[in-house]
Amino acid sequence: MEGECRASPARSWGLPAGGAGGDSPGGDVPLPGSISSSALLQTEVLDLDEDEDDLEVFSKDASLMDMNSFSPLMPTSPLSMINQVKFEDEPDLKDLFITVDEPESHVTTIETFITYRIITKTSRGEFDSSEFEVRRRYQDFLWLKEKLEEAHPTLIIPPLPEKFIVKGMVERFNDDFIETRRKALHKFLNRIADHPTLTFNEDFKIFLTAEAWEFSSHKKQGPGLLSRMGQSVRAVALSMKGVKSRPEEFMEMNNFIEIFSHKINLIDKISQRIYKEEREYLDEMKEYGPIHILWSASEEDLADTLKSVASCIDECCKATEKRMSGLSEALLPVVHEYVLYSEMLMAVMKRRDQIQTELDSKVEALTSKKADTDLLTEEIGKLEDKVECANNALKADWDRWRQNMQNDIKSAFTNMAEENILYYEQCLATWESFLTSQTDLHLEEASEDKL
Amino acid sequence: MTESNFSLKKIEISVSEAEKRTGRNAMNMQETYTAYLIETRSVEHSDGQSVLTDSLWRRCSAFEWLRNYLLVYYPHIVVPPLPEKRAEFVWHKLSADNMDPDFVERRRIGLENFLLRLASHPILCRDKIFYLFLTQEGNWKETVNETGFQLKADSRLKALNATFRVKNPDKRFIELKHYSDELQSVISHLLRVRARVADRLYGVYKVHGNYGRVFSEWSAIEKEMGDGLQSAGHHMDVYASSIDDILEDEEHYADQLKEYLFYAEALRAVCRKHELMQYDLEMAAQDLASKKQQCEELATGGELFSIWGVTTQLFGQETPEQREARIKMLEEQIKEGEQQLKSKNLEGREFVKNAWADIERFKEQKNHDLKEALISYAVMQISMCKKGIQVWTNAKECFSKM
Repeated sequence: MEGECRASPARSWGLPAGGAGGDSPGGDVPLPGSISSSALLQTEVLDLDEDEDDLEVFSKDASLMDMNSFSPLMPTSPLSMINQVKFEDEPDLKDLFITVDEPESHVTTIETFITYRIITKTSRGEFDSSEFEVRRRYQDFLWLKEKLEEAHPTLIIPPLPEKFIVKGMVERFNDDFIETRRKALHKFLNRIADHPTLTFNEDFKIFLTAEAWEFSSHKKQGPGLLSRMGQSVRAVALSMKGVKSRPEEFMEMNNFIEIFSHKINLIDKISQRIYKEEREYLDEMKEYGPIHILWSASEEDLADTLKSVASCIDECCKATEKRMSGLSEALLPVVHEYVLYSEMLMAVMKRRDQIQTELDSKVEALTSKKADTDLLTEEIGKLEDKVECANNALKADWDRWRQNMQNDIKSAFTNMAEENILYYEQCLATWESFLTSQTDLHLEEASEDKL
Repeated sequence: MTESNFSLKKIEISVSEAEKRTGRNAMNMQETYTAYLIETRSVEHSDGQSVLTDSLWRRCSAFEWLRNYLLVYYPHIVVPPLPEKRAEFVWHKLSADNMDPDFVERRRIGLENFLLRLASHPILCRDKIFYLFLTQEGNWKETVNETGFQLKADSRLKALNATFRVKNPDKRFIELKHYSDELQSVISHLLRVRARVADRLYGVYKVHGNYGRVFSEWSAIEKEMGDGLQSAGHHMDVYASSIDDILEDEEHYADQLKEYLFYAEALRAVCRKHELMQYDLEMAAQDLASKKQQCEELATGGELFSIWGVTTQLFGQETPEQREARIKMLEEQIKEGEQQLKSKNLEGREFVKNAWADIERFKEQKNHDLKEALISYAVMQISMCKKGIQVWTNAKECFSKM
């Protein structure tokens, strides 16, 4: 796994076998706040009342999907399909704008935690108002994610930032950690809002709009702890069984996910490592420039040249800082989000497999005539529908996810390249102007000598 | 080419090769050393054509002998320094191994530079031992030895003593000593930090190389993104490998600075010689003054005020003849002493004059060379930036096509 290196054994520039460089981009570089507030002003809002009905396009039977009771069922009508496609093709026609900001620390006798302010602006009819402001903590986001996963087991739910970052964290609530998390939470909610199906999820709506007390009481509803535990035990038992035969396209998908996951993790590590190396380079450069100033103090003829060199190095330091800031904004969070996405994808594949295994085990039971065949046949019918829904949901969402991933990765790396170009252009300008000033001096001195 | 019309300004000297050799040393033990081929060409005709006139091998120790000889016989000259024997201020990639071919190559260039410095020095270029170094294949060491330079060298202890005790050294030399200390300290610091900067820069570039490999592996599972990833990965490899040449060039810049780091010691050597001479002068003057005082005391018979008086009182009176004899001896010594003082004074002034002339020459050379070095550093940075722009522009194109 070593990259090209002729280094001494003490350092290696390839990736170590274990985990490494998992530090979040720290440093004193302030990261700018969210930009979606400006998006709010620019994008026009389209009245999409009709699409309100376009929910849960793929589901046929509510009990199987364990959907929340507020959303109406819709058959897969051609009209609703067209509406959905139109929605996806015109992403500018957003009608739901969300920002996450203003982290605040709350101290109680039991614990300390951070809440984030969430502002929602919308023109949708099903919302009681056009603007909402609530405060939520990480736990609440976790709840939302779990509800979405329950409701749509084979849709690709956007990832949440990690609960903890194990390495390099001294204190849970340092500013960089909070800022990075805030940005990731902002992304999380916006991704849900952009998702053609998830955006109309009722729990999502409640999350965005409910007041504190209303929200807590809503959270307590739903399947109890015991039944949830029971479900997960069953799930484990099923997954132990393993899936018998995955359809071809899902085999391919699984293969892709495995390799993608491996590669994106590597890229995450590489990018973090580059950031770290750049930081250390910057630290050394900051010491390098001033030495020339020190030297100029004991020189006469050379003093000016030395001072100019020092100021060039200083300019290059500034350019490096800018490059680092660009990297930590444009590249690192995107790559890291996709690392989390890859974990999400594997979970989705598992859940799909579980649904299929459920069907397979019932079919097996039927063929071995172990139980009441009539009941089994009915159950199998329902399960076949369930499997078909799940597969279709995943397929469609998969294509959408692939497309998004391509765009996101493309723009992240293009930005990285752009940052590097800007960096080198700045440094080039600095050194070239130094050179010109020195050559001018030379000519001046030469002409003075002639006099 | 005879010695008399030997004008080194019309010759070209090059240290063209370095070779590892093994041989037996003075204690009949096997040793490995490096020998260098020195070629001398004279530029005879106006068309600038050069003819190879001499070619011989010298090992490191010969260079050291040459320099030590020059230090002894030209104490008023800032003698050019030799390149370092051991690689110092290294950063991670460079090995500190003296047998490393890159190091040997840089040493070769350094030794050539040393000889060129000697050849372009108005006074040193005319030295016979230097001429023989370039031309006399065998017995050169014996010839140098015969000059007795090793015996003539001032002892370190003597020099240290003089530095502490000298009362009135020329102010300019005190300033020069301070300057050389500052120069040494600041260049050392600069070289150390430069090495660390180089280390970090190496890291930044090389880690990018990992992108190349991973992109290539990833491209295998992508249909639309595959080509873009693959070709971008290639550019990342190019970027990562470009640092090797960049840092190689920078090493030459470091060598230029190192030469002046070592020149600081040469400056101090001149200052030390001045202090030694001045101290010698002061001691001689002090000695003369005390002898004069003695003489006076004897002449005026003021025994009570001098130790001579006390001793003669203690050990009995001396005869007038004895006293006369002593006075005569002292008077002789005083005369001698006065002569010596005069000549030492003259010597001292000559030394200061000549030394200062060379120091002025050195200052001009230093300002010129270091300015050139700093400019060459800027040129290297510019080249590095241009390469960077090109690679990342190519990479950006690949990314945008994904």
